[in-house]
Amino acid sequence: MSDVGYIRRHNRPLYFFALFYLAFLYIPVLFLPLFSFNDAIYVAFPIKGFTTAWYEQMLTNEPMHAALVNSLKVGAASSAIATMLGIFGAKAVTKYRIKGEKPVVSVIMLPLVIPGIILGVALLILLSRIGVTLSLYTVTLGHILICVPFSMATLMARFEGFDKSMEEASADLGDNVWWTFWRVTLPLVAPGVIASLLLCFTISFDEFIMAFFLAGTEPTLPIFIYGQLRFPQKLPSVLALGACILVVSFVVVFVSQWLQRRDDPAAQGLGN
Amino acid sequence: MNGNDAYIRIEKVSKHFGDVAAVDNVEFNISGGEFFSLLGASGCGKTTLLRMLAGFETPTMGEIYIDGAAITGVPPHQRPTNMVFQNYAIFPHLDVRRNTAYGLRTEKLDKAESNRRVDEALEMVKLQGFGDRKSTELSGGQRQRVALARALIRRPKVLLLDEPLGALDKKLREEMQLELRALQQSLGITFIFVTHDQEEAMTLSDRVAVMSGGKVLQIAAPKEIYNRPVSVEVADFIGQMNFVDASVTDLADGQALIDTAGLGQIKARATEFAHKGANIVVAVRPEKLTLSKDRPAGEGNAVQGVISTAAYLGDRSHFYVTVAGTDKPIAVAAQESDMSDGQSLGADSAVWLSWSDEAVVLLNRA
Repeated sequence: MSDVGYIRRHNRPLYFFALFYLAFLYIPVLFLPLFSFNDAIYVAFPIKGFTTAWYEQMLTNEPMHAALVNSLKVGAASSAIATMLGIFGAKAVTKYRIKGEKPVVSVIMLPLVIPGIILGVALLILLSRIGVTLSLYTVTLGHILICVPFSMATLMARFEGFDKSMEEASADLGDNVWWTFWRVTLPLVAPGVIASLLLCFTISFDEFIMAFFLAGTEPTLPIFIYGQLRFPQKLPSVLALGACILVVSFVVVFVSQWLQRRDDPAAQGLGN
Repeated sequence: MNGNDAYIRIEKVSKHFGDVAAVDNVEFNISGGEFFSLLGASGCGKTTLLRMLAGFETPTMGEIYIDGAAITGVPPHQRPTNMVFQNYAIFPHLDVRRNTAYGLRTEKLDKAESNRRVDEALEMVKLQGFGDRKSTELSGGQRQRVALARALIRRPKVLLLDEPLGALDKKLREEMQLELRALQQSLGITFIFVTHDQEEAMTLSDRVAVMSGGKVLQIAAPKEIYNRPVSVEVADFIGQMNFVDASVTDLADGQALIDTAGLGQIKARATEFAHKGANIVVAVRPEKLTLSKDRPAGEGNAVQGVISTAAYLGDRSHFYVTVAGTDKPIAVAAQESDMSDGQSLGADSAVWLSWSDEAVVLLNRA
């Protein structure tokens, strides 16, 4: 007789599957930091020696800095706007009984399944028809479009786990809808808001296809990196940059997941 | 009481949700300073009525007046009412102090005055020293007290309580009942209390409105509701009641002569239902019946039966007595002190049931 329940008993094949799966996911990614310290221009084995030269080169690469700043701007703007839209949207579909709510939510979620290249081309045609010059603004617009579904999904979960009587209590205690939103609703969904901001920022920061179509003369970082791939001598410093982005992305995703889980009202048992 | 008999006026109020009338043409007044309970099973409309008073629901028809002012068009945040929610709705992101002070924003007090008011409110609910406690660290009873302090700090004219004791265990609930009653009497404000627990409503209230199916069945002081219910439904909901079918054979001097199915010919105070020849229901509380081995002396009402079940409950005993002619056994509750004459009344004992004329209530057959 085992002292562990059937479900919790160790399952060796499953254990190996998990290991294999993790290796499959992360070993290719780990080549990035590995070669970023390799003392050779060509990305190939055997490893030649250790160097931080590529990181130094990265630090002095002005066009790369410009692209990084562009990406940060686009990421900040599109995550902020997408999250704001997400807050209002999620609040509307979870609180009010709206006619045709389900189709509306489906339409909002649609960009999740439309290929980026289609959206990119469509937006490009639309914008050029109405005579808008391509710039970081148009990239931001495209990124908002693909970020809103993620923001909505994140925030809807948060709004659904939210006790309606909290807002009623606030109204009962003298606050109108705006004060209630500011003093009760927003603080209670704050972890979801932050998670949405981080998630949208990561999506925008990584996004290539939309940016490729919609960026004018100012490239975002992924576009810049793609351009650098044509010059073999510049590749190692791109790898150095990639390694840095990888670390930052991991941290951001980890923090957002952690915030999602922390003080979730459902998990805390507010009822008792 | 404030001497204002119609401090709150509920005039022909109905609330429909789709085709369902949750509250159906309800009309009554509540006095200033009264402890008033809305009592009924779940779905009877008591909570909907309370939420209309708070402003969370708008009546489909009718008008509600508080202190002479019509309030149905007034949003919740501008009403002179405050509410203690069923689940307390304590703000989880604020500590006890900030929860309590929440409603003071609109009063624009200076810091010192605001602190004084919070201290006063916390003292009122015996939570001094709990101000810095996180609201997520509170027990059920403490959350209930915070909800109370938070509502009372605004000095409402009317405090609405939506089954506030429902989530507490029995002992804590009884303790809170006493405190609530004392608080209401010392503050002198009107409490409107929603509950499905008839004992709670009886203990706390000056008056009780018994509701069912969106309608108010009876509004009266607890004692009157208990002793003089106006319908079988009210009598059945409040405590235990024996019902026996009967018909009126004669009326004289406010007394009705009644032929009952099983209890013989009896006399009782006539009610509006008791006209000659009417088919009615005779209702008797179990504790108004007396059990004895021998036929009681005198002219009183008495009938013979056999005990089918006997249950000893410590301070009292419950019996079910089968009487020929009745469709259900008659329930009898006897105090321990009444049974001290050494009689052992177990199952299958032959007994006499007796009662006074005043013990019987005549009701319309439903």
